[in-house]
Amino acid sequence: MAGVNNFPFLSILTLGPLVGAAVVACIPKAKGNLAKIVALAVSLVMLVLSVFMWVAFQVGGDAQRFQFRESYPWIPGLGVNFTFAADGIALVMLMLIAVLVPLVILASWHDAEQSRRSVPVYFALLLSLEACMFGVFAAADVFLFYVFFEVMLVPMYFIIGSYGTAKRQYAAVKFFLYSLVGGLFMLAAVIGLWVVGGKTFDWVALTQIDIQTGTERWLFLGFFIAFAIKAPFFPFHTWLPDAGGAAPAGAAALLVGVLDKVGTFGILRYCLPLFPEASQWFAPWAIALALIGIIYAALLAVGQNDLKRLVSYTSIAHFGFIGIGIFAFTTQAGTGAVLYMLNHGLATGLLFLVVGMFVARRGSALVSDFGGAGKLVPVLAGVLFFAGLASLALPGTAPFVSEFLVLIGVFTVNKTVAVIATLGIILAAAYVLWMVQRTTQGTLNPALADIEPMRKDITLREKVVVAPLIALLIVLGFYPKPVTDVINPAVEATMQQDMGKQDPAPTGGGVTEASR
Amino acid sequence: MEETVEYVQATGLLSSVWLLVAIPLASAAVLLLLGRRADKWGHWLGVLAVGSAFVLGLSYFISLAGMENKSVELSLWDFIAVGRFQVDFGLLFDPLSGVFVLLITGVGSLIHLYAVGYMSHDEGRRKFFAYFNLFVAAMLLLVLGNNYVMLYFGWEGVGLASYLLISFWYTKPSAATAGKKAFLMNRVGDAGLAIGIFIMFATLGTTQYVDVFNGVSGLAAGTILVLGLLLLLGAAGKSGQFPLQAWLPDAMEGPTPVSALIHAATMVTAGVYLIARSNPIFSANHTLQTVVVSVGALTLLMGCIIGAAKDDIKRVLAWSTVSQIGYMFLGVGLGGAAYALAIVHLLAHGFFKANMFLGAGSVMHGMKDQVDIRRFGGLSKYMKITWLTFMMGWLAIIGMFPFSGFFSKEPIIVAAFEREGWTAWLFGMAALLGAGLTAFYMTRLFILTFHGPKRWTEDIEHPHESPAIMTIPLILLAIGSVGAGFLLSTSVPDWLEATGGLGAQEEPHEAVLSHGVLTALSLLLTVAGAGLAYLLFRNGTAKQEQPAGVVVTAARRNLYSDTVNEAIFEKPGIFLTRALVYLDNRGIDGAVNGLAAAVGGGSGRLRRLQTGFVRSYATSMLTGALLVVAAFLAIQLGWLA
Repeated sequence: MAGVNNFPFLSILTLGPLVGAAVVACIPKAKGNLAKIVALAVSLVMLVLSVFMWVAFQVGGDAQRFQFRESYPWIPGLGVNFTFAADGIALVMLMLIAVLVPLVILASWHDAEQSRRSVPVYFALLLSLEACMFGVFAAADVFLFYVFFEVMLVPMYFIIGSYGTAKRQYAAVKFFLYSLVGGLFMLAAVIGLWVVGGKTFDWVALTQIDIQTGTERWLFLGFFIAFAIKAPFFPFHTWLPDAGGAAPAGAAALLVGVLDKVGTFGILRYCLPLFPEASQWFAPWAIALALIGIIYAALLAVGQNDLKRLVSYTSIAHFGFIGIGIFAFTTQAGTGAVLYMLNHGLATGLLFLVVGMFVARRGSALVSDFGGAGKLVPVLAGVLFFAGLASLALPGTAPFVSEFLVLIGVFTVNKTVAVIATLGIILAAAYVLWMVQRTTQGTLNPALADIEPMRKDITLREKVVVAPLIALLIVLGFYPKPVTDVINPAVEATMQQDMGKQDPAPTGGGVTEASR
Repeated sequence: MEETVEYVQATGLLSSVWLLVAIPLASAAVLLLLGRRADKWGHWLGVLAVGSAFVLGLSYFISLAGMENKSVELSLWDFIAVGRFQVDFGLLFDPLSGVFVLLITGVGSLIHLYAVGYMSHDEGRRKFFAYFNLFVAAMLLLVLGNNYVMLYFGWEGVGLASYLLISFWYTKPSAATAGKKAFLMNRVGDAGLAIGIFIMFATLGTTQYVDVFNGVSGLAAGTILVLGLLLLLGAAGKSGQFPLQAWLPDAMEGPTPVSALIHAATMVTAGVYLIARSNPIFSANHTLQTVVVSVGALTLLMGCIIGAAKDDIKRVLAWSTVSQIGYMFLGVGLGGAAYALAIVHLLAHGFFKANMFLGAGSVMHGMKDQVDIRRFGGLSKYMKITWLTFMMGWLAIIGMFPFSGFFSKEPIIVAAFEREGWTAWLFGMAALLGAGLTAFYMTRLFILTFHGPKRWTEDIEHPHESPAIMTIPLILLAIGSVGAGFLLSTSVPDWLEATGGLGAQEEPHEAVLSHGVLTALSLLLTVAGAGLAYLLFRNGTAKQEQPAGVVVTAARRNLYSDTVNEAIFEKPGIFLTRALVYLDNRGIDGAVNGLAAAVGGGSGRLRRLQTGFVRSYATSMLTGALLVVAAFLAIQLGWLA
């Protein structure tokens, strides 16, 4: 496999969609369909490539933590390199991107036509977004990561600002400003790190250095604020419902499903290994924010009357689970958190996409504009319900495994936090079921029956969009091991080598690892 | 007294025990995926799936009977394997899960068959059978899992199926609301069960039954108590026991076969299963057992009192289910030999309650879906089979000799009197009183429905008996209602002794009253209750609700449990949600926008969109800060603990 392992998967994944975007952008405005087909083809090629990469990734035994490493000099004077490498955590996120983007492109087939803007540009933006997302997760150079982290904003800004709903301008500016402010904090910390780290941006080299405690805490904060805004954690969350509500559904699925994970991924990849002492020092505060998010955002989700905002709030609650999972510093909670990042991408991706299908038919995202829709579109209503079940982490769907792992892992180190977070599963049932009831159950809203598109149940194209996600959610709900086996070594390395944390032993003195 | 629990690896026929779950699950998947194409034959596939699961279950059961160690494990694949947390996708077939398999698939097959007729006019019949099969698969997983995570998997699975079937007629707002209520109240219990599982992992490092049961004696008493109480919370949610009982009567919004299978015979007894399965935990703490007994005794009386005041045939039956499960909780709480008695009552109840629910469905079928017993009367002449089969169920539930309830309920009452000291009197008298009350309200139901003057609505001229596909299951279940109790009470306790932990029994205390006296007393109370109901209702009743005293009014309102839930959870919850939505839009967001506007100065676009009251920003920032500090303190406390 050594030959395959040297194949430059990561740079091709990053450059491929970028080239694709350039090609699609050059397609004349009138040939919208050609643009869509080219974009879909490019994203499918990336998916195939990612599957090969997944297979080539070595697991178990003496497999290396970081694989597919490539490094090309960029600004030698400053020690900046184009360094790509993927550990199990990054691999899972790259796979998520590769799966979601083609589905989002297919789901957005007619989205851009409703606006007066160019159709090819929309799909070019989606492809360039894919390139940035691949890049940000594949980067193994702190400066390169920062660059992708910032550049990623640009395509998303234009997607929301140009192709979104009524409040798109406000939402886009807000999204941009929030992220930019976070980015500035991170830039300061990146420069600081470069200074104390001996003028290098190489991740491996930087994990080896010793930083003075005070400096370490400041640098941690710089990164953490950027990530907490991106994730987002309470109280930095208010941009997300606006952005998620205003973005086209497909883009919202990518925004919440992938883009926001850069925040939690960043904490795991940069905050914990680079600043282990500061991470532990700040952990109670980070957990406090995450825990508030779980309960607070779930309550807000219950109270929403806009489907897309509702889904955005549920995501904030879910990011809270990821947050407590990361800062519990145990293998179960950490692996659960990473698995949560993947599963949430699939489940919330599906939820956003199916909500988009409802919104496209009704011409409104307001819950009160629906009512009894199950009578008109039973299959679509069934898909919405399934996505809701995955979102409330029902066993048999993938999110159950991750949520259970997070909670059980957190419980071993802090019972109070785990118990409060477990209350979140009751609230999750409340927001999902109430949303389902108000949109698809009960007596049929008479206004709804008069709308022609509402009488058309799921189309073939829409089936192709939702089927892979449903299948993945169920398969990973019953057999998550192929994914946890990839994630677990990377998380163990982070917690045990980088952080020096061991899982607590069972307190009852009963069964130990050795006796199993 | 400790004996080690030991499971052996499944071989031969028993290594295919996974088929029990897979067959109904596959059938459900086929019915859902094929959609309308399967409308013509889908229901028969559903019946076939459960029927073949019954045949398989029976053959497993027989092969288990011939084995030395009757606890057979089968690990299918690694479900979750992260660090020390190792969970198998594993099954356990032992005497306890064996009897549940037979109950679920046996009674399940009959109810599936009945539903072919009952749902024949419903355009969603295929979907109904898909959900019904999904339920059977989840329920079988629940009782067959070999660890608590599998149990939880099935536990939430049956909750889903229950939700889908309660709100099956989802265009009816009341059905949709009832489904949601059931799911939510169950999730409260589920959260308890989940935290219980976390405790097992944190203290024992495992969730496998065998390791938990063998390790539990090493735990501190306080840990066992908390663990047991959390499991009890889960059990109470699923089984409609106090304080989580309010969802079960509302669940009657679902089609009647659902009420019979899920909300009477099987799913709602899952709580009893959980406690019986976890008997090494419950037996290890005396306080814990007393709590379980108290919940059972309280709930059984509540169910009787409310059941006596209801006029909806299905709701009376629902409250009687709540009450009968109370008897089962009483039994499993007593521990020792009473575990087996509770299981016997559970199985017997599965027959006679399914019988009566299906009978009620048959009555509704002939009476244009009327459910109000004040508008029945004199139906015995028009629906002979329904009447006779219902009579068997009625005699069984009130515990009349020699029907099955007599053999299954009576021993629980005796066992309650075998407790130590004054609690024997308290719980024994509660159980005895319950027997009298049960006889009263069930006789009321029976007389008002089948006897006395006709009080029908004008549109009914000649009620018809149901078709054979519905009456045959009724007859079979009626036979079970007559004979099951005696047969079960003589065979099941010995059979269950081989179940891990259930064999370890303490010597019971001497009962404070002799067995003969108790039997006479309970029969006397039964006859008195039934006689009183006959005298009061032989001439029928008013067709409308009449004003009533304090007690009856309270009973009609479910002893105000909904009112309490509304006042404590629902209304404050809605208020909190609204307040937070306001705060988040105006406050936290406003604060940040305000800050942005102040810093940026020129960012007019943002400034136009926010309210602009400095005071509101200050308040919200203060609120936010307080929230953070409160959460922080909670976390610090958690680390200290």
